Amino acid sequence: MTTTQKLPAIRGVHNAPLEEFYTSGHRTCQGCESALVMKLMIKAAGPRTVVLGSTGCMYVANTTYYSTPWVVPWMHTQLGSSGSAATGAAAGLKALMKKGKMKEEPINVISFCGDGGGADMGLSAISASLTHPEYNHLVLMYDNESYANTDIQVSGSSPWGAHTSFSPPGKARRIMHDRWKKNTAAMLAHGHPKSRYIATGCASYAVDLLNKVRRALTLGGPTFIHSFDPCPKGWDYDPRYSHELGMLAVETGLWVQWEIEDGVLRYSGPSRMIAIGRRKRKPIVEYLKRQGRFAHFTEEDIAYFQSQVDEIWEKWGTPGVSSVKLDLKGDRA
Amino acid sequence: MTTRTAEEAPVAGREELISGSEAIAQACALADIDVVTAYPIRPYDTVMQFLSRLIADGALKCEFIVAESEHSQFEIVKHASAVGARTFVGSSGVGWFYALEAIAVTAGLRLPVVALVGNRALDDPGAFGCEHNDALAVRDLGWLMNWVSTGQEALDTALIAWRVAEDPRVFLPCAISADGAFLTHSQQIVRVPDKRLVDRFLPPYNRGDLQLHPDNPITIAPQVNEDWLMEMRKQTDAAMRRSRDVIIEAYLDFNRIFHRDLTPFTEEYMTEDAEVILVGVGTLALPIKVAVRRLREQGQKVGFLRLKWFRPFPMPEVQKALSKAKAVGVIDRDYSFGSPMHGGVLAHEVRSALYDVEPRVPVVNFVAGLGGREITQPFAREMFAITQQAAQSGASDTQTHWIGVRENQE
Ligand SMILES: Cc1ncc(C[n+]2csc(CCOP(=O)(O)OP(=O)(O)O)c2C)c(N)n1
Ligand code: SF4
Ligand SMILES: [Mg+2]
Repeated sequence: MTTTQKLPAIRGVHNAPLEEFYTSGHRTCQGCESALVMKLMIKAAGPRTVVLGSTGCMYVANTTYYSTPWVVPWMHTQLGSSGSAATGAAAGLKALMKKGKMKEEPINVISFCGDGGGADMGLSAISASLTHPEYNHLVLMYDNESYANTDIQVSGSSPWGAHTSFSPPGKARRIMHDRWKKNTAAMLAHGHPKSRYIATGCASYAVDLLNKVRRALTLGGPTFIHSFDPCPKGWDYDPRYSHELGMLAVETGLWVQWEIEDGVLRYSGPSRMIAIGRRKRKPIVEYLKRQGRFAHFTEEDIAYFQSQVDEIWEKWGTPGVSSVKLDLKGDRA
Repeated sequence: MTTRTAEEAPVAGREELISGSEAIAQACALADIDVVTAYPIRPYDTVMQFLSRLIADGALKCEFIVAESEHSQFEIVKHASAVGARTFVGSSGVGWFYALEAIAVTAGLRLPVVALVGNRALDDPGAFGCEHNDALAVRDLGWLMNWVSTGQEALDTALIAWRVAEDPRVFLPCAISADGAFLTHSQQIVRVPDKRLVDRFLPPYNRGDLQLHPDNPITIAPQVNEDWLMEMRKQTDAAMRRSRDVIIEAYLDFNRIFHRDLTPFTEEYMTEDAEVILVGVGTLALPIKVAVRRLREQGQKVGFLRLKWFRPFPMPEVQKALSKAKAVGVIDRDYSFGSPMHGGVLAHEVRSALYDVEPRVPVVNFVAGLGGREITQPFAREMFAITQQAAQSGASDTQTHWIGVRENQE
């Protein structure tokens, strides 16, 4: 019963299915990229799918009683439970089919969570879910870089120095958080070799994201995708620029698009061009100056931010993915 | 006496010397559960050791998932239950508390998960022994709750638990409490019924049009807020109220199919003509019953009432059993600090149940056996003696007596 739905790759946006399974009825902000991720995710997966959604904007702003946007079966799950929800639903379906209590058929199980729910609170449950090769499911972490639903508080995934409702740049002190934790997917990939597919994505590159979802579901076993989602409310910019900001994040090299399939890492789109030296990264200031959350940045802040982006490309052992470098020269035993 | 049809003729089960935990594990196999999740914490976790063995040996086909925390442990079965799988889970003490978020929403979602609580003190300070505050933390949330006192009762009650919880009129989760060590780890002779009889008693779990499945594309647990939450809470309340009749029905069927004579909600022990009655749950029944017999030999009219079910609270049974008594003593293996009597949870519930009984029965509260401390015969006699005094004075004694506690330790 390890069969999965064979979802063929989509060649170009014009070949994407027209059918929508995430439709009207939601109340996300104008320009919400996370909502677009939902739409693409389920478009890629299709109707024979069960979706589980953690608390966060994609629950609260999406599913109001009487006006659900979900055409597929959908269930809310707790903030830190995307991993356990996926395991539970997949295990339940598997048990019932194996025991002849339910018609056998490959059903996609997708569980999504925000960065707060996934990269912070639910990390241990996601990690555990990735250790069960016998259950087929995808955990998709949509990263809007804050606890957005509760009013834009800093999360483990918020960028360095961003102004959030818990990290105000005050006169006496700027409560800037000093974390740099964007590589949740890579962290999970390295520790969970039984997971056949772990990737990053961004709705600005819609076909790439659609196909990553399809590859994850087709390969089967437990899989994970981390998407980077501009959020006009939390990042403080005009909603019309969401798409552009997603592209800028990739073009500046701040957000790195890649996938690891059966242990092989491949960069995708502009990230690949940057990685193979065919394209230069845009300066990060072009990205930072477009958003109110960085309005308090000094020249030094911008330079520091740039140095951090440079570091992930120039100093990391695997650019944009792993900071670990190899040294076989010395033995310190 | 009803005459037995051929179909109802007893199918021989087998007798086994097993612990309370093992009895529950046997019930899981008989009920053909689909998904079980485990996480280690004493003393409940012995049930998972037995279950994993049953699964490893092929006696039960089910997904056995070792979670990375109790929170995930309870979330996994919650979602498995939503897609239509029969589930079992359990915990003890702080492990149960670690899962509390998941436990709360399981009831809110009306998912018939069955859990074993191997009652344990909430350390710190470190303590493995039995206290009931772990299970009692969920008493207001919509979980069906019961306390079992023997291995046989553990097995029987587990089968009844799935039957009641999964009844569409109820669809509520059920927590079976078993006193840590006293029951989870002590062996008794248990009659394990034949699977064919169990199949007659326990229909398959059918989630109906609430099932999470592509054939039934529903949205479960959307945001309802002030618009609808009250109506939904009231639905849960209605389900809990309906569960009473469903429980009675289940015991009637149970007795018919397995040729037993169980009473659904309470066990009365020599209460008929008793002037003084002690009330309690779980395994303290044993020492208290011994004390009752000894005091009866001395001509004292004493008795014992054991609550088997706590949610729904067996109000009519409690009122009926206690209304003729001259005084009632309630033994709490738990505490409710700062409560009206600075006593335990059970005493307040019993006292509230007796409020409208005329003439009002005096109630005394005992806190005893905390942290697994043994309830000895002298302690049992002391509780009867104090309750006797209340019977003589005719007034409730609201000071709450801590039994078997070293003095001057404040
Ligand atoms: C256990 C728990 N703690 C806190 C909350 C409050 N809460 C609701 S939504 C939310 C934000 C979640 O942030 P994230 O996962 O990043 O999703 P987003 O809202 O940004 O889409 C929080 C903290 C909760 N629902 N549950
Ligand atoms: S706050 Fe951000 S993530 Fe939430 S609905 Fe608005 S745009 Fe989307
Ligand atoms: Mg977020």
